[in-house]
Parts: sequence; C-alpha cells; structure tokens
Amino acid sequence: MLDIIWLIPAFPLAGAVLLLLLGKRLGEPLAGWLATFAMGGSFVAAVLVFIGLLDRESEARVAHQVLFTWVPVGDLSVDVGFLADPLAITMTLFITGVGALIHLYSIGYMHGDPGFHRFFLYLNLFAFSMLVLVLGDNMLLTFLGWEGVGACSYLLISFWFTDDKNATAGKKAFVTNRIGDFGFMLAMFLVFVTFGSLNYLDVIEGAELGMVETTATAITLLLFVGAMGKSAQFPLYLWLPDAMAGPTPVSALIHAATMVTSGIYLLTRMNPVIAESADWVPTTVAWVGVFTALFAATIAIAQNDIKKVLAYSTVSQLGFMFLAVGTGAYVAAIFHMVTHAFFKALLFLGSGSVIHGMHEDQDMRHYGGLRKFMPITAATFILGWLAIAGVPPFSGFWSKDEILVYAWNDSPALWVVGIITAVLTAFYMSRQVFMTFFGRYRYADPTLEEVVEAWAAKEEKAQARVAAAAEQAATARAAIDEARGGIAGAESALAEARAELAAAESALTDAGDADEKELKKLQKAVDKATKSVEKAEAAHADAVAAVPAAEATAEAAEAEIATARRDAELVGAGAGKAATASGGSLFAPADATGVEDDLPHDVEHRRHHHPHESPWMMTLPLVVLAVLSAVAGFLNLPFTKWWHHLEHWLEPSLHGNEAHLDLSGSMKWILAFVAMGGAAIGITVAALTYLKGRLDARVFEQRPFAQGWWYDQAVSAFMGGPGRVLFQRTADADRVVVDGMVNGVAGGVGVVGTQVRRLQPGLVRVYALTVALGAALLLAWFLLRADF
Amino acid sequence: MELAVFIISAVIVLVGAVGVIASRNPVHSALFLVQTLFGIAVLFVLLEAPFLAAIQVIVYAGAIVILFLFVLMLLGVDRAEDWNVEPIGGQRPLAVVAAASLLGILLSVMLAATDAVTGQPAANEAIDPEMSNVRQLGRSLFSTHVVAFELTAVLLTIAVVGAVVFARKVKGELEPIPELVPLQDEIAMTRAAAADPDEEVTH
Amino acid sequence: MEVTTGWYLALGAVLFTIGALGLLVRRNPLVMFMCVELMLNAVNLTFVALGARLGDLGGQIAVFFVLVVAAAEVVVGLALVVAILRRRPGATADDLAVLRG
Repeated sequence: MLDIIWLIPAFPLAGAVLLLLLGKRLGEPLAGWLATFAMGGSFVAAVLVFIGLLDRESEARVAHQVLFTWVPVGDLSVDVGFLADPLAITMTLFITGVGALIHLYSIGYMHGDPGFHRFFLYLNLFAFSMLVLVLGDNMLLTFLGWEGVGACSYLLISFWFTDDKNATAGKKAFVTNRIGDFGFMLAMFLVFVTFGSLNYLDVIEGAELGMVETTATAITLLLFVGAMGKSAQFPLYLWLPDAMAGPTPVSALIHAATMVTSGIYLLTRMNPVIAESADWVPTTVAWVGVFTALFAATIAIAQNDIKKVLAYSTVSQLGFMFLAVGTGAYVAAIFHMVTHAFFKALLFLGSGSVIHGMHEDQDMRHYGGLRKFMPITAATFILGWLAIAGVPPFSGFWSKDEILVYAWNDSPALWVVGIITAVLTAFYMSRQVFMTFFGRYRYADPTLEEVVEAWAAKEEKAQARVAAAAEQAATARAAIDEARGGIAGAESALAEARAELAAAESALTDAGDADEKELKKLQKAVDKATKSVEKAEAAHADAVAAVPAAEATAEAAEAEIATARRDAELVGAGAGKAATASGGSLFAPADATGVEDDLPHDVEHRRHHHPHESPWMMTLPLVVLAVLSAVAGFLNLPFTKWWHHLEHWLEPSLHGNEAHLDLSGSMKWILAFVAMGGAAIGITVAALTYLKGRLDARVFEQRPFAQGWWYDQAVSAFMGGPGRVLFQRTADADRVVVDGMVNGVAGGVGVVGTQVRRLQPGLVRVYALTVALGAALLLAWFLLRADF
Repeated sequence: MELAVFIISAVIVLVGAVGVIASRNPVHSALFLVQTLFGIAVLFVLLEAPFLAAIQVIVYAGAIVILFLFVLMLLGVDRAEDWNVEPIGGQRPLAVVAAASLLGILLSVMLAATDAVTGQPAANEAIDPEMSNVRQLGRSLFSTHVVAFELTAVLLTIAVVGAVVFARKVKGELEPIPELVPLQDEIAMTRAAAADPDEEVTH
Repeated sequence: MEVTTGWYLALGAVLFTIGALGLLVRRNPLVMFMCVELMLNAVNLTFVALGARLGDLGGQIAVFFVLVVAAAEVVVGLALVVAILRRRPGATADDLAVLRG
C-alpha cells in the first residue's frame, strides 16, 4: 500500500488542473464538489499509506518513492520523490482531513461568489503544494512546495482583489515571506555544500555521523529564519493578521491549520542538524517562540475584529510550538500542531459561520447572545474555545500542558512566560466567546457611529428651523416698516384732501352769486373733496391699525427664533456628547434617546433581519472538527507510558533527539494543576468582565494592546522613511551603474556598427575583389610555407 | 603531334578567354566563350577523357551558352558597355593587382613545382587503359558516387523550380529597385530619424 | 618536346586569371557569369590534367559534378538576372546594392 504515496498529492493536482480547464463550465456548486472529492481522495490515500506504515515494524516505517530525476546537474542530483515517514504522514493526515472539511465548508461559504470556481482551483493548488512540501524527500522539493503555498496564500489573501486593502494584504504576506525564504535558500545551499545532497535521508544520515558545530548552527539559524517567515514568528509575524483579508475558509486552512505550521515541520524534520548545533541555538528558538506567544496574546486581548483575535491567537499558538521545538519537545510540538489544526480550524470556520450569519459584520461588539440564533455554531465554537483555553479533558489542554512541562524541564523562566501566555489565551478566547455568543443581543443596537450620525441629522434639522424662524422675523420687520410708511402716506394724503376741501368750500363761498350751473359744479367739487377726505381718514385709520398687527407677528417670530436656538443648542450639546461618548457597552446600547427617529435605515433593517444559522455544508465540518478538538488529546495522554501513541509513532522520525524529561510524577501533576488553575483564572476574569460587568474592560484593553504595540506602524515608518531612501539609492545605483553599462554597451555597438557598415557596400564586384585579394594572400602564405 | 595540338588549342582557349572579357558586346563575349569551351574539349581529348570532351561540347557549348544567348536576345541587353567609366574607385588597379599576383603565384607553383606533385592513384578509382572511358566513368558514378549522383538530380530539380519562381511574371505592379543613395547621405538620414523619434525609422 | 602536366596547369592558371580579371572588371551581369564559366573551366582542366598524371579517375568524376553544378548555377543565375532586368532595364551589377550595410 506504500506505493500509492504519489496519489496523495496527485489528487489535488488533478483537481486543480480540471478546475483550470473546466472550472467555469462546471460552475457552482459542481466545481466545489470536484475540489472536495479530490481532497477526500487524497485523504483516503493518506489513510491507506498510514495503514501501510502501521503494518511495519517501528524502525522500518519509512517509505521512499522516487518518481523521476528532476534536476541532474553535475554533483547535484535532485529527484522528485516522496518520503512517507511518521512525521510526514501525521501532517499529511491532518492536511488532507482538515483540508477536505474546509473544502466542504467553502461550498457553503463561497455561495454566490462570482469567483467560486477560481477559489476552489486555488484551494486545490494550495493543498497540492502543501502536500509536496510535507511529502517531498529533499529540501528542494520542500522548497517548491514552500513557494507554492506562498503563491497560493498570496492568491487567496487577495482573492477579492478589487478591494485595494485585500490586494495590499496579499502583497504584504508575499514580501514578508520572501525574507524568510531567503533564509531557507541559504540553508539549502549550505546543506548541499556540507552533505553534497539535499535528500533528507542523506542529510539525516550525514548529521548523525557528526558534523561541524558551526555549520550545524548556521544551517539551523537560517532554517529558523525561514520558519519565522512562514510560521509568523516575531519579527516576521506582521503579515498574518493582515492575511485575514482573505475569505474565512482560507484563514482556517492556510493561516491557521496548515501552511503556517510548515516552519515547525521543517525544523522537526531537520532535528538531527539541530541536535548538532550549538546549545544556544535551540534556546534562542524557544525564547523567540515564547516571546512571540506572549506578545501576540497581549495584542489578541484588545482586538474587536473576530478574525483578528484568532489571527493573533494563531501567532501565539505557533509561538508555543516553537517553544516546544526549542526545548527539544518535538512530539509536543507536533501534538500541539495537530490539536491546534483541529481547534483553530474549528474556531476560524465558526467565526466564518458567524460572519456569514451576521451579514459580513466582523466587529464582536455588534454580536452578543448569538447562541440563540446559531446553536450549532455556538456549541462547536464553545468546544473549540474549551480546547484552546486549556480546559481538561479537551485536546488543547494536553498538548499545551506537554509543552509547558518540557519548558519547565528546560528552564522555569520559559515556563513562567508560557503559563502567563496560557492565562492570557484563556482570557482572550473567553472574551471572544462571551462577546459573541453570550450577553445581550446587540445586533439591532445602533452603533456609536450611527448615533453620532443621527445626532448630526437632528442638529441639521434644528439649524434649519432656526434659519426659517429668522427669515420669518425678517419678513415681519419689513411688514412693520411698510405699515409705518403707510401711516405717513395716509397722513399726507389726508392733509392734501383737507386742503382741497377747504379750497373747494372757499370757492363755493366766493361764488355765491354765480349762475346755477357754476354753483352746481363747485358743489360737486366740494362733495368730491369731502369724499376724498373721508377716504383718506379711513386709510389713515387702517394704517395705524396695521402697525400693532405687524408688531405682533414680529414678536412671535422673535420668540420662535429664541426657542429654535435653544433647541439647536440642546441638539448640538447632545451631538457633542454623543461624539465623545463611549458608544454604549456590552451591557447597554449606545445612548440614542432623543434621536430615535433620526437613526439611519440600517438600524431599522437590522431590527427586522435576524442572524441565521449556516447551511449543513458549513455546520457539518464544524461538528466533525469539534469532536476531533474534544478527543484529539487522547493521542498522547501523560498518565502512563501506554498512552503515548503519538510519541511511539513519531519515534522513527526523531532519531533519538527528543528531549529527555527528568521530572518526578508529582511535579508533573503540580504543573498540570497550575495550568488548569491558569485557565480557570483566565476564564473567570473574562466572565467577570464581559459577562457580569463587574470589572471594567478598559483595564484590559489597553491602547498598546489594541495597537499591536505599534509594531506595524514602526515598520511602516521605517520602510517609508530611511528604508525608502535606501531603496531609492539602490534604484538610482541600478539605473546609473547597471543600466549605464548596458546602455553604454548598446551605444558602443551602435557607434562601431555605423563605422563598420562601410565595409559592406552591397556591390558584388567589391566582394569579389576582396575574395580575389584574400585568395592571393592565402596562396602567397601557402607558398612561403611550402617546402620544395 | 601532341605538342602541336596542345599549342593550337591553348591559343584557341586563351584567345577565346581574352575575347570574352574584352568584347564590348555581350553577344560577342558569348561566342568567344564557345571558342574557349571547344578548345578545352580538345584538351580533354588530349588528356584521354573523351566522354568529358563530348559533354563539354554538348552541355557547355550546346546548352549553357545557348541559354546565355537566349537571355541576351530576350532582354535585349546586348548593347555595349561604357568602358571609360568605372563607378567603383580603385576597382581596376586593385583587380589588376589581384589578377597579377594570382597569376604569378599559380604559374610559379605549377611550372616550377610540377615535379613536386605526388600522390598515388586510388586503388578502386585507377584509370584502366583496357576499359573504355565511358564504361569506367559510368561504373564509378553509379557505384562509388551514386549518392552524389542522385543528389545532383535533386539539385537540378531545385534549380529548375527556383528559376521558374524567380523568372515568372508577377501579377500587378512590381516594386522598383531603389536608386542608390551615397552611404554618407544615408547615415545622415538614419541619424536624423533616430534623433526625431516621432518619425518612423525605415533603415 | 613533351607536353607535361605542368603545361596544362599553367594554361589553367592563365585561364583562371583571365576569368577572374573579367569578373572584377566587367559590369554586365551576363558577362560576369561567362567569366565565372571561364574560371570553372580552368579548374576543370587542372582536375583532368592531374587525374591523367596520377592515373586517377577521380579527376574526371569531379569535372562531371562541376558541370552539373555549373548548369544549375547558370539556370538560377540567369533567372535572377531576368527578374532583375525586368524591374530595372539596363541594370548593371553596380546598380544592385540594396543589401548594403
């Protein structure tokens, strides 16, 4: 059964090729099913190889299959061959198993995405690369897989590449990993120079025969640099949190369960070389690991993005694995790698399910009480939480405890940092679970931004009212002026009419003896004048009456202005308060009193749309992974020798380099109880803070934590400042020196050519003459050399 | 007798050769060429190669020179060449130098060093005085040199096809052969075109 | 006086030189071809003469093949001349310099 090793990577490769050719035609969901079955086939093949290995004696559990010679160059001959030993098969099993589950999950998660088939193409290609990395029998093949997973990771992080942020995150991951790859390549060169071969079996054999300590030290350190990049250790971890820009199944498969563990795999694979290196090298590995673990755990405490928490948690857990590798606890490292693959994949997929159900909202502050809406997700997520927090008997406890025991064995200082990290792990994971699945249902709450927005809208309205009142007042004042003007006009008109009347009357009196006709006429004028006086008097009265009315209107308008201003002031104050307010807490929504009617429509929309549970394609993997997370600890229980399955199984791959544990049984029990106590403390404090509200969350969510200790900003500032100058200088040097040389050569050729072209006149007779002269010269030379 | 024949035919050959290069009219050149070829045929007979003498007359004089004449008549290029003009400076003196040195070297070698000619006849290619010349050539061609002989057939076929392709009448206007521009001018033009990148460089 | 091989070779050398001189000096492409024929014949003569001297049939065989190649060359060369002169009547070898460097 061991000659089917090649089938394991062949399945996903075939899947990728088929999807490349037919993907678009298969469409949704057939493309997804094809990819899933490819992974399933690969898993079955891996299980068969596993059974085949189990069939053999412990020492003979190495199957080596060479397919063809890949690079035959001089002394260097690299084959494409697969090496199935317990270490490789352990990794293969969880890569294919978890991989298949995540493929299945993705069918549900990627539903409706226009790049559906492309996604599964990348996933299968990734799985192929990862299997080549793990199963390759030489470093070059591993490097091929190493770069392959890097490329797929890039493609998948920036899967939604139309968003600039995602594209940048992909680039960041790729570039950061290049630094690590540089270390891997140098290590590879050094290995070839030292051993004359890149084949693992040769290298291990050579290292066991003994090698120069300095060389071993250099190789180990360079490999560690490579591992730091791929497995996201300080200082090269900074790409991993950004990698969360990819679809969640990608985060689960690549950035939690498989690819990021390849650094640990590589170091474990090369353990005979590590054993030959200087003593301080493994110690360095352990300290970098445990520092990264603590560092990332502190950052994870203050993140509000559900995936960011898990990302930093992954960095932290990988730090634990490096701690294990550094202390020589390879079994513990692999053990934790396996359990971590189960529970971290579970947690990521669970978070994906939550995000899916919450309409792409990733902020945990908006979650709360979701266990009522998505019971399966919640139940499985809680199992994953118990596993990672280190609650017995779930898997994380056993693997983490094993690492901590070995850390204590190596140096209590390592153990202290490790146990602090474990407490923090329990704390931030509990915080996440409580914020997401417990507590008040906050989805329909208006967020702080929305409240501020509402206040702004209300303020605008109030200001508009003030403006309207002011306008009204202005109109009223104009009316008063008009009325006053009317009085003056009416008075002058009255005086005029009276004068006219007086004139008419005196004219009538003077013309006492005039004829009848004249008198009548004058009498008529008097009547008319009397009438106009009457009219003017009435107008005057009207005008006088109009003024108080206008004044009353103006007064009312003034009053309106005053109220509107007061209102606006109140609204403004409210808006200012809202802007500076904390926006509510987990226990009370952001204060929206006063602006209930001005909230954006989204809030109303959320009130009517509840979170929903995901389809079975997504929940089934959750359930399977939850079961595995719960029971995976039984691979390697510490109580009796009889339970050390994983240790016995991995023994042939470790070549006796596993650290020897010289602790008494009671010491182990004490350490285990301290670890349990640590988990209990973490969970209790988190419960008091985020469930009961007895402690202020701000005590824990310090700014340095939330900002990731400003490491990202510092790197950006350096690269954007001095780094940029350096790069610019390099580019200048390239342009002037290198390009100058190239262009100079080209220009020189042009100059010479312009002159040399004169030798080619194109005239056949000149050519013939040249030939004739040449022939004569040649003959003369022969003649001179001839010996008669 | 042999000497007399040699001298007469040598004179015929040389007169014909000089006639070829000295006649202003190409038709005369062709006729002088026939004379030379006949002389050579006689010398072949003298050297006991009667078959070659025969095909020299038939193929060379009979076919190739007739082909020359055909082309001359067909194209009407039988007008005289202007001898007073030599467009290529220094061509004539240099040609004379080359020819003189060639002649000097060859003559000195061939006359002075004839005795130095060594070598043994190949065993399977020796001339058998008992057998007729034609039979001997035929045997050699169709046994030892059969591959080369078959290849000449291919060569002739290709030549015929090539000739047809070159000489057939093409439909439509033919692109005229460009007039010759002095090289200095052409370099200046190319430089100007390179300095002004908008204009497309044709050379 | 006996006619030695040297005489034939000397005659061939003179004939070759005349042909070469004509090729270098004449400008009519057809005449240039004839000069090439002269040179070929000079070489043929030396082949046969040396073959007779050494009693080797190889000299005559070589001449046979030279004849064939000369025929092929003339066919293609004349076709070229026809093609050129058709496009540009009265062209001489000096007018054709399209392949100038």
